[in-house]
Amino acid sequence: MKSYEVMVIGAGVVGSAVARELSRYQLRICVLEKELDVACGNSSRNTGMLHAGFTYKPGSLKAECAVEGNQEFDQVAGELGVPFKRTGKLVVGFTDHDRENILKYKAIGEENGVKGMRMIDKEEISRIDPNAGGEFAMFVPSSGILDPMQYTIALAENACQNGVEFQFGQRVVNIRRADQAGQVRYLVETETDTFETKWVINCAGMYASEISEMLGYPNYPTKGFKGEYYVLDKKAGAFLSIPVYPAPNDKGGFSTHATPTIDGNVLVGPDSYLTEGREDYVVTKEHMDGLFADGQKMFKQMRREYFIRNFAGIRWKRYDPDTGSILDFKLESDDAHPNTVNLVGIESPGVTCALPLARRAAARLVEKEQPRKNPSFDPVRPVKKRFNEMSHEEQAQAVARDPLYGEIVCRCETVTRAEILAAIHNPLGGHTVTGIKNRTRATMGRCQGGYCETRITEMIEEELGLKPEQVRFGRKDSYLFTGRVREAEQDLKRSCEG
Amino acid sequence: MVREFTCIMCPQGCDIRVELAEDQGKNGKILQISGNKCPKGKEYVTQEIINPVRNIATSILVEGGELPLASVRLTKPVPKARIFDVMAEIRRIHVPAPVMEGEIVIHDCLGLGSDVMVTKTVEKENSRSL
Amino acid sequence: MKQVDVVIIGGGPAGLAAAIQLYQKGVTNILILEREKKLGGILRQCIHDGFGLTRFGETLSGPEYASRFVRQVEELKIPYLTDTTVLELTRERMVYASSAVHGFLEIQAKAVVLAMGCRERTRGAISIPGTRPSGVYTAGVAQAYINLKNKMVGKEVIILGSGDIGMIMARRMTLEGAHVQGVFEIQPYPSGLPRNIEQCLHDYQIPLYLSHSVTEIKGTDRLESVVISQVDEHLNPIPGTEKEYPCDTLILSVGLIPENELTWMAGAREDQGTKGAAVDEFYQTTVPGIFAAGNVLHVHDLVDFVSLEAERLADGAARFVQEGDLPGSGLKVQGDGMVGQLVPTRFSGQEDVTVSFRVRRPVKNCTIMICQGEKTVKQVKRAKALPAEMIQIPLRAADLKQEGDLEVKVVW
Repeated sequence: MKSYEVMVIGAGVVGSAVARELSRYQLRICVLEKELDVACGNSSRNTGMLHAGFTYKPGSLKAECAVEGNQEFDQVAGELGVPFKRTGKLVVGFTDHDRENILKYKAIGEENGVKGMRMIDKEEISRIDPNAGGEFAMFVPSSGILDPMQYTIALAENACQNGVEFQFGQRVVNIRRADQAGQVRYLVETETDTFETKWVINCAGMYASEISEMLGYPNYPTKGFKGEYYVLDKKAGAFLSIPVYPAPNDKGGFSTHATPTIDGNVLVGPDSYLTEGREDYVVTKEHMDGLFADGQKMFKQMRREYFIRNFAGIRWKRYDPDTGSILDFKLESDDAHPNTVNLVGIESPGVTCALPLARRAAARLVEKEQPRKNPSFDPVRPVKKRFNEMSHEEQAQAVARDPLYGEIVCRCETVTRAEILAAIHNPLGGHTVTGIKNRTRATMGRCQGGYCETRITEMIEEELGLKPEQVRFGRKDSYLFTGRVREAEQDLKRSCEG
Repeated sequence: MVREFTCIMCPQGCDIRVELAEDQGKNGKILQISGNKCPKGKEYVTQEIINPVRNIATSILVEGGELPLASVRLTKPVPKARIFDVMAEIRRIHVPAPVMEGEIVIHDCLGLGSDVMVTKTVEKENSRSL
Repeated sequence: MKQVDVVIIGGGPAGLAAAIQLYQKGVTNILILEREKKLGGILRQCIHDGFGLTRFGETLSGPEYASRFVRQVEELKIPYLTDTTVLELTRERMVYASSAVHGFLEIQAKAVVLAMGCRERTRGAISIPGTRPSGVYTAGVAQAYINLKNKMVGKEVIILGSGDIGMIMARRMTLEGAHVQGVFEIQPYPSGLPRNIEQCLHDYQIPLYLSHSVTEIKGTDRLESVVISQVDEHLNPIPGTEKEYPCDTLILSVGLIPENELTWMAGAREDQGTKGAAVDEFYQTTVPGIFAAGNVLHVHDLVDFVSLEAERLADGAARFVQEGDLPGSGLKVQGDGMVGQLVPTRFSGQEDVTVSFRVRRPVKNCTIMICQGEKTVKQVKRAKALPAEMIQIPLRAADLKQEGDLEVKVVW
């Protein structure tokens, strides 16, 4: 049985951030993840906003972490090599009621410590971005955009580089307390294995309530607010330089917005509706049509010919069953549940809050255990410049140094063989087509893998010595092939014997 | 009796009408053919009434080649009813690289008078033809 | 920096035919750039027969059709580089390309031939609702896996879209032991050629359902089923007609889009009808010295027409290289409401013009009229005209004037 000092459950952005923060100390840490890679849940299914923190209740953990996370992000992005742009944000309004709500949240933002927010008129909106809608707006200079998948991968890779182990395809089904010689000890059981650990940190996202209950905390009532998105071609990205949000509603929620992504696409969405299904990522015609209509109000260049993809994400919120009102993030640890940190109801703005939450979670452990610092901890993740971001001179040098940079595997996003190989052999070990996509952007362009997917699957097979039927698209049973069209005789023999 | 066909001999896909004499419920003598723009259409429907034939295109396994498969086709169409029998024969074939376009890999397949011919040259692995 | 007379981007049927014709016109300082390991383009995976009837008078498989051109390129010793991807093309005809074999390349060309072909429309482009499991392939990707990579993509198959590749894949997968449950087409008419309905579907008892579309994709890991609905005349799903089909594979054959990233980079203007570059009768784009032919210009039904078009392009490109200019094409070509994907959109009135287009919906017993001002330049009667086929009408310079736009009309 494998034994650790800390077991982090969930390799989303929060779990990865917790692992990274704990890797500052000399601890044997393992992250358990039910999927085959990091960021498979809602960490990758969001707008990629670095939120400023003006809609959250003053004094709440959400508000505190959002503002803190926002302010430190230039440094974080620099350390981890995460592409990030402080674009600012336009919160646009059309009616007097919109103006009231915007002003209300401007005041809340100021109370939370958000700096530099100001009201601007239509003329200034069009100076900032002529394709932004709205009669007036609040300009929020501290908002920014990042790729949440890249960020989660970066946190996890940095953790890994500093000694954290990741185990994928491990769904936790039970946690047992089994103290030994007066020492707190937990046995974490997955579908296939049992792990021994001294500490458990619950970062299970949508499944946090279940883990919470396994740890002896309450099974907190939570519910899912689902939102759908359109991804638009980079052609549309040329028309939008800043996220454009509609005025918040009376509860502080935003409906459909238009956001440029750090890679130059445009996201339109999310809308918001209740869902029962924990991983109900289904996209629906009804909501796509709604997004199209609402998106046009925010972004004048919303056109069908720009559609390249749809996706859905779920903000899995904690709520009060008596009043129905949405509750703050829960971060707790107490003597009744020794050596645990319980994080429940972490939803939007989870990406912005991940590191501040992680520091608070880590502090609980550090306070009690007083672990020694990890002398070899390096907060900096080494990253290579992407081929498609290089100048022609740099590209020529890269190809001269390593000819594998010369082979373009993904045409739309200009991803080279060298970069795909690096992604296949990534330190975390996610070996799926989706994993390679999230690391390199291959298959993310307008042809959606039409050119490169056949090459990428071949490279996965060759590099990892897999048979075609062992290659996975993303999830555990997402096989791409049923076998070979023609089998060599020895393979046929083998399959008869097997 | 009248039967209608879509000619498959060329991309034009003529709609061809054939009038047949009825012979105890079976297809009898062809009385008239119309709608075809060329003689191939007439040949096609005549064959179609007697015994429809088709060509097939598929692949054979190549060992040690720059590609795992070489495409093949038949040199002459075979009766439609025998297509899957021919496929079973082709599936059994595997050849070492190199294999050349035009090479016959099965002669007179199943005695149907048609050969299985390679339609794509596959060189040995690593021998680049630049 | 390398300097050549003509860079041809793409070594598929269009690029190869253009190269050979340029060479024969005396332009020999050519370089073909091909991103694949071999010349031949998409034909390498189109192993079915039916190619070459127009161009060679016999029916060939895709690889055989391609090899006729490749052999000629080899015999003429026309220079080409495979494994080479063009990254950028400028208005001044500078070409930047990258290759693991040949390194990073900078090439200045007097003329550039765009012959990059097309790509497939994807699930995202048509916004099919549902989950995102594996097992959803475009027809061309499935074809590449099965015919080039020796990988079988599934066993229980639904095909959306009655494009030719979709129907060809229905037959191909049936031959390889898969069960194709049906081909579903959103339009009230098939989008592929009648012969393919006959020999790919009817021969194998694969049903074709018109006015149907996939309205939901189900399955979390691998595809588990699709929901199919009938659609009304506005192509909207009719509630209550949903039917669920268990399957592990969905093949999409829902259209092709010219692959024009480099074209727009160079600043050429797009034609809204074809989604390719706007060209004149020499196949010159709005950027002087940059030419386009084949599927990069407009999606063809037959490769034979791609080759012939590229050869006509080569005539113009050769003149451009040799004479430094081409007659200005200031006159417009326009179509009526029945005419789609019209090429060219400009002409000079001094040269032969081949007008090509597709009808927007099927019509029987129609007349195609081409007029310049009051004058009827040409009139062609047809028993039927289908959107699946490209109609080409050659016009002679002698019949054209140097003033007045051309009008293409379909009447019945």
